[in-house]
Amino acid sequence: MGLPKYTEPHYRIWHYVYLFICGCVFFFLIAPLFVIFPLSFNAEEFLVITDGMKRLDPDAFSLRWYKDMVYGTKNPWGLAAKNSFFIAIFATIGAVILGTVAALGLSSRYMPYKGIIMATLISPMIVPLIISGVAIFFFMAKAGLAATHTGIVLAHIILGTPFVVITVTATLSGFDHSVTRAAASLGSNPVNTFIKITLPLILPGVISGALFAFVTSFDEVVIVLFLAGLDNTTIPVQMWTGLREQLSPTILSVATCLILLSTLVLVAAELLRRRSERIRGIRR
Amino acid sequence: MSSETQQILTTDGIPLEVSLKKVERRNKFKAFLLVAPLLLFLLIVYISPIIGMLFNSVDDRMVTNALPKTFIAMEKWDGKELPSEEVFEAFYIDFQKLIEEEKEGKLSTQLNYEKNGFKSIIKKLRRKSKSFEEGNYKEQIMGVHERWADVEYWRAIKRRAPSYSYSKYLKGVDMYQNEEGKFVQVEEDRRIYKKLWVRTLKIAFFVTLFCFLMAYPIAHLLATLPMKYSNLLMICVLLPFWTSLLVRTASWMILLQQQGVVNDFLVWTGLVADDKRLVMMYNETGTYIAMTQILLPFMVLPLYSVMKTISPSLVRAGKSLGGTPFITFWKVYFPLTIPGIGAGSLLVFILAIGYYITPELVGGASGTLISNMIAYHMKSTLDWSFASAMGLMLLAGVLAIYWIYNKLVGIDNIKLG
Repeated sequence: MGLPKYTEPHYRIWHYVYLFICGCVFFFLIAPLFVIFPLSFNAEEFLVITDGMKRLDPDAFSLRWYKDMVYGTKNPWGLAAKNSFFIAIFATIGAVILGTVAALGLSSRYMPYKGIIMATLISPMIVPLIISGVAIFFFMAKAGLAATHTGIVLAHIILGTPFVVITVTATLSGFDHSVTRAAASLGSNPVNTFIKITLPLILPGVISGALFAFVTSFDEVVIVLFLAGLDNTTIPVQMWTGLREQLSPTILSVATCLILLSTLVLVAAELLRRRSERIRGIRR
Repeated sequence: MSSETQQILTTDGIPLEVSLKKVERRNKFKAFLLVAPLLLFLLIVYISPIIGMLFNSVDDRMVTNALPKTFIAMEKWDGKELPSEEVFEAFYIDFQKLIEEEKEGKLSTQLNYEKNGFKSIIKKLRRKSKSFEEGNYKEQIMGVHERWADVEYWRAIKRRAPSYSYSKYLKGVDMYQNEEGKFVQVEEDRRIYKKLWVRTLKIAFFVTLFCFLMAYPIAHLLATLPMKYSNLLMICVLLPFWTSLLVRTASWMILLQQQGVVNDFLVWTGLVADDKRLVMMYNETGTYIAMTQILLPFMVLPLYSVMKTISPSLVRAGKSLGGTPFITFWKVYFPLTIPGIGAGSLLVFILAIGYYITPELVGGASGTLISNMIAYHMKSTLDWSFASAMGLMLLAGVLAIYWIYNKLVGIDNIKLG
């Protein structure tokens, strides 16, 4: 961002100070993520940057912690990864179906008590996780679903639906309802209209809601800590235990993989957002 | 409608007004039917257990169930002088049953909450009661320890008679109800919860403030830069936003530890001596630093979306009318960004006040929040009714802010990503 030639010197200085501050904040935001990469390739067992690494000595780097992550003895990560994906996938499916259908109803102009219902549906996002955890734990314990995959999936559906509701209602707010009326006037039944007309148009919103729901479930630890038994451990729970007990470099290898995963999700979310804006005709 | 105008009828002969109302009702019902599955699901699995916590928090049946006969016998006791032999006998029978079930330890913990000094005398009673003879239990129990002959202790037991009480809420703010039924604060050195509430509010407030101070300049930069640069910089905001919370906390643990990167850097620059490395983790500082970075995107995104809508020509107009850049910023630009500031601050504050994971990992003893205390009582002391009471107090605070948020920003205006 260039400054006009006539800018007075003290404003010029202020402008560079401002840019410097912004640079520092961006650094503060992003740098902590990058400290994980080099350390996950550490040949030593310590979580510090060794002298060898500073000299870029190839012997100071190794893949041993990645090997440990995959092949390690009494390796918990395999089971954790399997559980995490299983739970996240089913929680996402549940959240997307319930959330999308609810969003369709909420976007209807006939919807009664819209404000209070919307506030209720969004509440799992606002209520502190520890309280949701306690409440859901009480319910699942009574229902006999504690320490089962079903219980955790149900809990994660609760946490995921607000995101789906928000993204889909946002997509529907720019939705031209005359297209569904046109379909109806041409003899299509409501279900057919939804599948053929509405769904393709709101799909970006649905998928980005699904991404949020997936990431929420995949990353969630508080509720799983309450609900999980030994067989339901997930990646975040393993990381949590590891971080509390001994900070081993294997955790950093897992963290690196998770950062790569979140990069993929970020790219997907960004592409979806653009596509959604194009479909809704919003141009910047 | 005046009687002169004829009612408009549909082809079926029904007045149009009635017919329209009927259609509207049907549409309302259809819309509601779509929302119903999710609403029902949330009501059963989520809302009702939260309401159930309300019952849990006042549930005080532990002592009532432990001493059933005692409380029946105590009904006739006026509480002025020592209870009669009847009460002592009932207490002895209840107590023997508890010893058989090995539950007398729980009772002593519960009674000790009510009045200090119960723990030791119950232990002593347990030992001595084995050699009790039948009859005249009053004398025998009073002979175990002088406190058993103190009417205060019997009053304390009687106070625990009702199955429901709000004592857990009082305990949550370091208060209790004394013998005369007045609310009093606990002794100075035993006040822990009030301190914790204050600390939670303080940390949430300052984290919100730090987030605001850091987010404002970069949101402004992102909103004013040309697309191709701002998209690139936006990644710096969105990548942490999408990254696992535990990964980010782990990276802060590596950075802030005594042999960590930040301390290494400070020693290398000579700002800090090698033997005086800063302690930035397992204390309040760690909580502040990590929580600010983790919650920063939640401040940047609402600010950015508001700033994006502010036309640059407004600032140009201000300048052309003779305002210096600072005046134009303060008088024109800043007021327009207030909705974004409100939205971002409330969101960050709500999230910060209930934070659990990060304080638990980097907070140590001085940097933990109320959530950590709730988890502690859920998992370690198993005092679930106290955990519920604390949780509901926190929830009440959060819902109040949520309500304000809804009024000011509108819940459907939450922007994601």
